[in-house]
Amino acid sequence: MAVDAENQADLELDPVTETADVDAMIEVRDLTHYYGPMPAVENVNFTVRRGEILGFLGPNGAGKTTTMRILTGFMPPTRGTVTLDGFDVVEKSLEVRKRVGYLPESVPLHTEMTVTSYLKYMGTLRGMRARRIRGRIDDVIDVCRLEDYSKTIIGKLSKGFRQRVGIAQAILHEPEVLVLDEPTIGIDPIQVVETRSLIQDLGREQTVVLSSHILPEVSMICERVLIIHEGHIVAADTPNNLAQHLRGVAQLEVEIGGPPAEVLPVLRNIDGATEVTHHPRPGVNAYRVKFKEGADLRDDISRTVVSNGWSLLSMQMSSMSLEEIFLRVTTAEDDVE
Amino acid sequence: MRTIRAVAFKEIQIYFSSPVAYIVALIFMALSGFFFVRDLGNPFPEASLSNFFQGATFLLIPLAPALTMRLLAEEQKLGTIELLLTSPVRDWEVILGKYLASFVFLLFLLALTSYYVILLLVFATPDPGPIYSGYIGLILYGMAALSVGILTSTLTSNQIIAAVVGTGILVVLYATSFIGDVVTGVWATIFNQLGFTSHFNDFDRGIIDSTHVVYFVTVTALFLFLSIRALESRRWR
Repeated sequence: MAVDAENQADLELDPVTETADVDAMIEVRDLTHYYGPMPAVENVNFTVRRGEILGFLGPNGAGKTTTMRILTGFMPPTRGTVTLDGFDVVEKSLEVRKRVGYLPESVPLHTEMTVTSYLKYMGTLRGMRARRIRGRIDDVIDVCRLEDYSKTIIGKLSKGFRQRVGIAQAILHEPEVLVLDEPTIGIDPIQVVETRSLIQDLGREQTVVLSSHILPEVSMICERVLIIHEGHIVAADTPNNLAQHLRGVAQLEVEIGGPPAEVLPVLRNIDGATEVTHHPRPGVNAYRVKFKEGADLRDDISRTVVSNGWSLLSMQMSSMSLEEIFLRVTTAEDDVE
Repeated sequence: MRTIRAVAFKEIQIYFSSPVAYIVALIFMALSGFFFVRDLGNPFPEASLSNFFQGATFLLIPLAPALTMRLLAEEQKLGTIELLLTSPVRDWEVILGKYLASFVFLLFLLALTSYYVILLLVFATPDPGPIYSGYIGLILYGMAALSVGILTSTLTSNQIIAAVVGTGILVVLYATSFIGDVVTGVWATIFNQLGFTSHFNDFDRGIIDSTHVVYFVTVTALFLFLSIRALESRRWR
């Protein structure tokens, strides 16, 4: 028991590793994969909870696709274990594959088939019965808005519509886990918005793992983000926490109606404030208050302002965008090496 | 079983909707017809399909790999193999399904040649024995040739390479028997036992020898086994 408690403590110290979760859908432990002598991913650990939407974020060649190919049972890892719904991806590959819907990055489709016959084929491969396939094809064609193209040869469809067919085949058998590799790459902006909302809808019932190198997209869709860089997970958290955690220092933008000469020293006196700067703008006096992460000065500031008889015009937490975090995390990693 | 059927059915559909298969059928019919009529100019032509059978074994050397070259190479080229292999389908089911499709197309080709049999029956009274045995031999021979093509298609994503290498292997297997005719002693036996032709000739003469049946079935099983292994190894590359 003592040993267990110690392990537990270790796990909590490591921001990347998480404690074992009974509700875990996917568990990845010490995953390493080599292409030749080069590791594509190395000692990657993470857990995906049932019903969660998890985003992999990383530059090209970071190891996102490799990780997804291992999750889906396309190839086995060089080292480490991956379990999906309790089934090992190597030992119980078939059970894993029954539970996964996958959209590879290149959206490979049989271009000589019509949408319906392709979906029927994929359904049969997934072991679905003919009647269920018919019902589900109607459903997914509806969900993916392919009504007008069900009899079209896939080769004649535009990239955006092929993407929809790709998603349609991934969700056809109602898999418990959806793995989408760069689901919005190469399609037009309107379709990107549609695809995102579709993924969010699907994420209500299914566990979704998606990869992207588009930062706003991941922060918009995903409940949790793994930033992966050169085969390592460099950060893992919710988009918001990631912003807070990595910033180290939090800051508030405050607009106060009152004489700056009086306001500044008072703000500097607030317990916890590390740095206060004055930014006059036409008609308004704005201040930027920096403070240590974890503290929340909003309450103190508003009280102080009001008790001094000034007016509090606005107050806003400003956080680092995911883009800034991403750059910071990945460049920090480079500096270490 | 259902997955094998699904894979096979899809490939058969593509066979009958793609030009390549029809071109193969056209070449096969035109050239096998040429072999069939070859002896007709003789004063006493034989009412048999022997010339056709011998010609067909020769024609299948390039045509069998041409039929199978697409089956796995294209999946690898397009990347659809990724979706196939992440479906709950075993590797041997993929290979067997693809193989069955090519076999069905071969049967279709051979069914077309029943036209020669009808011609013979109308204009002469052929001995039916060698016709039956010849077709059985040709089917077995074709099975083996297609399995070689399946292997080379599994090994590459380039259809042309798959067809050329497949043809090369078949040429070697075809020609081995002729080496057996030239050399003497133990070597003659070895080369004759290894080659396709020496095992086919008895069928053409009206003999169904279980040795030859076992030979072609074994060769087919061996190449399909190697194909399954090659597909499995794809995952480790």
